[in-house]
Amino acid sequence: MSASPPLFPLEVHDLTVSYHTKPVLYGVDLQIEEGSLVGVIGPNGAGKSTLIKTIMGIVPPSGGWVKIFGQKGKKAYTRVGYVPQRESVDWDFPVSVLDVVLMGRFAHVGWLKRVSKKDRSIACECLEKVNMLSFADRQIGKLSGGQQQRVFLARALAQESDLYLMDEPFSGVDAVTENAIIELLRELKNNGKTLLVVHHDLSNAKDYFDQLILLNMRLIAHGKREDTFTKELLQKTYGGRLTVFTEIAGQAASSQTSNQFPQKHL
Amino acid sequence: MDHFFPPLDLLDTFAMPWASPEDIIWNGKIVAMGFFVCLSCGLIGAFIVVRKLALMGDAISHGILPGLALSFMITQSKALLPMFIGACIAGLLCSLCIEWLQKKSPLKADAALGLTFTSFFALGVLLITQMGNNAHIDAECLLYGEIGFTPLAKNLKWGAIELGPRPLATMAMVTLLIISIMIVFYKQLLVTSFDETLSISLGLPIKAIHYGLMLLLATTIVAAFESVGVILVIAMLIFPSTTASFFFSRMPAILFSTIPLAFIYSFGGFFLARWLDCSIAASMVVIAMFCFGLAWLFGPVDGVIPKLLYRKVSV
Repeated sequence: MSASPPLFPLEVHDLTVSYHTKPVLYGVDLQIEEGSLVGVIGPNGAGKSTLIKTIMGIVPPSGGWVKIFGQKGKKAYTRVGYVPQRESVDWDFPVSVLDVVLMGRFAHVGWLKRVSKKDRSIACECLEKVNMLSFADRQIGKLSGGQQQRVFLARALAQESDLYLMDEPFSGVDAVTENAIIELLRELKNNGKTLLVVHHDLSNAKDYFDQLILLNMRLIAHGKREDTFTKELLQKTYGGRLTVFTEIAGQAASSQTSNQFPQKHL
Repeated sequence: MDHFFPPLDLLDTFAMPWASPEDIIWNGKIVAMGFFVCLSCGLIGAFIVVRKLALMGDAISHGILPGLALSFMITQSKALLPMFIGACIAGLLCSLCIEWLQKKSPLKADAALGLTFTSFFALGVLLITQMGNNAHIDAECLLYGEIGFTPLAKNLKWGAIELGPRPLATMAMVTLLIISIMIVFYKQLLVTSFDETLSISLGLPIKAIHYGLMLLLATTIVAAFESVGVILVIAMLIFPSTTASFFFSRMPAILFSTIPLAFIYSFGGFFLARWLDCSIAASMVVIAMFCFGLAWLFGPVDGVIPKLLYRKVSV
């Protein structure tokens, strides 16, 4: 018997996406190993969200393919947990915090069955983990940005997935929440889960993730943070816009400082 | 202008409709019809509204017209089933056309919608006028509906059992269908309405659920339009859940409050129409509007006045 090739949680081959005729992603190849915490960085309009959405099958690719745990198509998605971008959620929707987290359990509940007590207690545990249990009955629109983000994180936890895709989980959250979230991501990673996280704050990207994907329409680089968070590669990714980032790029080369750099996106 | 509104005769308005057993049965059928229309439309409308498809209901309700006309032309009868099938097909076709235009043409979403359903409607009007008098389909009746005719309809029979007037029996069955579908598929409807991406990762067939809901919407509208007309049926879709959302912020509560609201709309509309001697369907909508206004002003969830009070307290 020949040894089977390693099964990647996520494998993307020659992925090309275009809106109308304008290409957004071009020939992206990726192989993500199990148990890695990967940050996706790149300038605005680089196709970071598009990459995640295409992997999830929301945006149809114009070429290439995506495999999740070696599978293509609908069945593969049942092992994926997804944290949407905050802007894409309808916060007026009549659901409570607990309702949202329970939705994460639906994959474990039969088609015609109702959520069980066990699902409920798992949902509550997940809320407890993100420190949101006391808000369980609150309508989701009546929360702060950081709290909203934590609810969706709790939902992803409740899904008990093996691969997590997160679209800017740190946007609009306070420093305390940000720390809590990164702790949680590391814990998931240590439990053997694989995480792909879209991130736009270069100042801490290097501290948060052990692997980085640099994206600007094309895949610029993918690898360990030491190898990818370099001046040349960042310059290549951000192009002329890196003037504000040169400082960070300089830091990247030297020490691992985690100073707060004000993020401006133009 | 003195008697623009007739004086309110309490006895005549509120008591006379229930003076004799015959009156009770006759008027009871009308009110029951109103109740079932409001309930079924309100339930399905709750999901239509959160999916931001309120105008799709409008489009489908107009789009069914050519289907009704064609099925009449083909079968030469007003038999229930062919009419129903024709209308549902036309309604679904209308919604498919809209989605197709929205996706495949540079038209903006609202323009695509307005263009499609008016075309369907115009086509329907043309067909009905062409059929002339032998059609027994009255264009005015289609537009405004006449819930007062409910007791006049022939009884629907199931074997030897008389189920009651055809529109009422149909509406009751549709209501029952909707309630059972919502009980069985509540979580799928909820999650696909709230978060498409999560639904994908849960392995739910989001397209099938969407078109299933559209079909259910078309069915409801077809069953209801005879009584309330293709225009006012939209009000019945949108008013109950939007009114309830000023009181509750969870879906189950909003769905349950459709029941008392349907009571208020149907009885209120009936009495208002009796007082003013006007269309019952229109009166039901006016009552619904009135309830909505009250809810908007006083509703504890983001109502105007509670919000003002809250701000004062917190300052």
